[in-house]
Amino acid sequence: MRKLISCEEAVKKIKSSSRIMVGGFGLVGCPLSLVDALADSEVKDLEIISNNLGEPGRGLGVLVRQKRVKKAIGSYFTSNPEVVKAFQDKELEVELVPQGTMSEAIRAGGAGLGGFYTPVSVGTKIAENKEERILNGKKYVFQEPIKADFALIKAKKADTLGNLIYNKSARNFNPMMATAADVVIAEVDEIVESGQISSEEIVTPHLYVDFIVLSGGK
Amino acid sequence: MNVKHYIAERAAKELKDGDIVNLGIGIPTLVADHIPENIQVFLHSENGILGVGPSPDQDHVDKNLVNAGKLPVTVVEGSSFFDSAFSFAMIRGGHVTVSILGVLQIDARGRIANWAVPGKSVLGVGGAMDLLEGSKKVIVTTMHTTDKGESKIVKELTYPITSERTVDLIITDLAVFSVKEDGLHLIELAPRISLKEVQEKTDAPFHIADSIINGTEVTL
Repeated sequence: MRKLISCEEAVKKIKSSSRIMVGGFGLVGCPLSLVDALADSEVKDLEIISNNLGEPGRGLGVLVRQKRVKKAIGSYFTSNPEVVKAFQDKELEVELVPQGTMSEAIRAGGAGLGGFYTPVSVGTKIAENKEERILNGKKYVFQEPIKADFALIKAKKADTLGNLIYNKSARNFNPMMATAADVVIAEVDEIVESGQISSEEIVTPHLYVDFIVLSGGK
Repeated sequence: MNVKHYIAERAAKELKDGDIVNLGIGIPTLVADHIPENIQVFLHSENGILGVGPSPDQDHVDKNLVNAGKLPVTVVEGSSFFDSAFSFAMIRGGHVTVSILGVLQIDARGRIANWAVPGKSVLGVGGAMDLLEGSKKVIVTTMHTTDKGESKIVKELTYPITSERTVDLIITDLAVFSVKEDGLHLIELAPRISLKEVQEKTDAPFHIADSIINGTEVTL
């Protein structure tokens, strides 16, 4: 099938200073084989958009330890103490976005929207530099869409066309990220013939998916 | 009963049949153990689950099935999975009936701080602001004082605020307060707790319900 490549081939497409979305809520739903392949490559100065940055030395935490992440955009980084340290040492720039605002901004990015007004974070530190607007008597702040050069996502199963289904709570940010990057690489546990996943069941239609790699594959 | 379970049990009594409930980390998580048997509620987890069940035993842990605290969970019959944007659309859209949250501080108006500690790097907000903004009803469950004995219910927040929205009910190990437009109202004392103790350990001013002044207040 056309879209199937190796993890090594996949990460060769990624250049230093790229902006990359990586799926997952912690390690759950994170494309770990792709991240490991990225860690074995030479790329650096990456901008990573992901809810968290893995755990110390695991998942995206590997890239943090290797000092390859220049900037991180996400909602919760305190679960990896090495991220906190890298931030304090000024090795890593961090942009914090409330989780719901972040997921919607990625959705908006993939849906061709110029942004949206959300009531979340009004009056807080996070909204300090954001445009505020009153609509029907309620305060909102403007959130820009989030897009990226690459999205590395994790799904349970792909068919040969690239249609995807996910696994329980490992779905999380992956379906939105599949829509919001120039190049989308999906890591999957299993590939089946087209027609083997029912049309009702498909979560991410194949048009979003550029390449597929197998989990655990090199 | 452990005092944290006491708080959780008291919070569970606020739930109604059919409620969609989001539980935060800490004491709120314990509420799941105390849901009255005569009602059915559905637990929502912001990482994309409606219908969270009890934690599995070690042999049945599924690494793809965790709650928002990243702990392994199970799902109940009729549960569903969805992506994060959908999950937070449910929250912001007002479809989650009750959120039960932990806090660092609550001010005299009932606004809370529960995401950042001053002086430390602010590197995590998660879904705290979304839940507070969107949930129809917000219940706070917390110890009344910090480990150092300082009141968590303060005149003004010294920690960064989570939302301008005020919470609806505050349940501590000492008392229950409802939040109204004119501020906090003490409506209930925990068993064997005196009004004097609550007054001594609460920095923010509060109104006192007639039932407590008259001594006719009945602890649920």
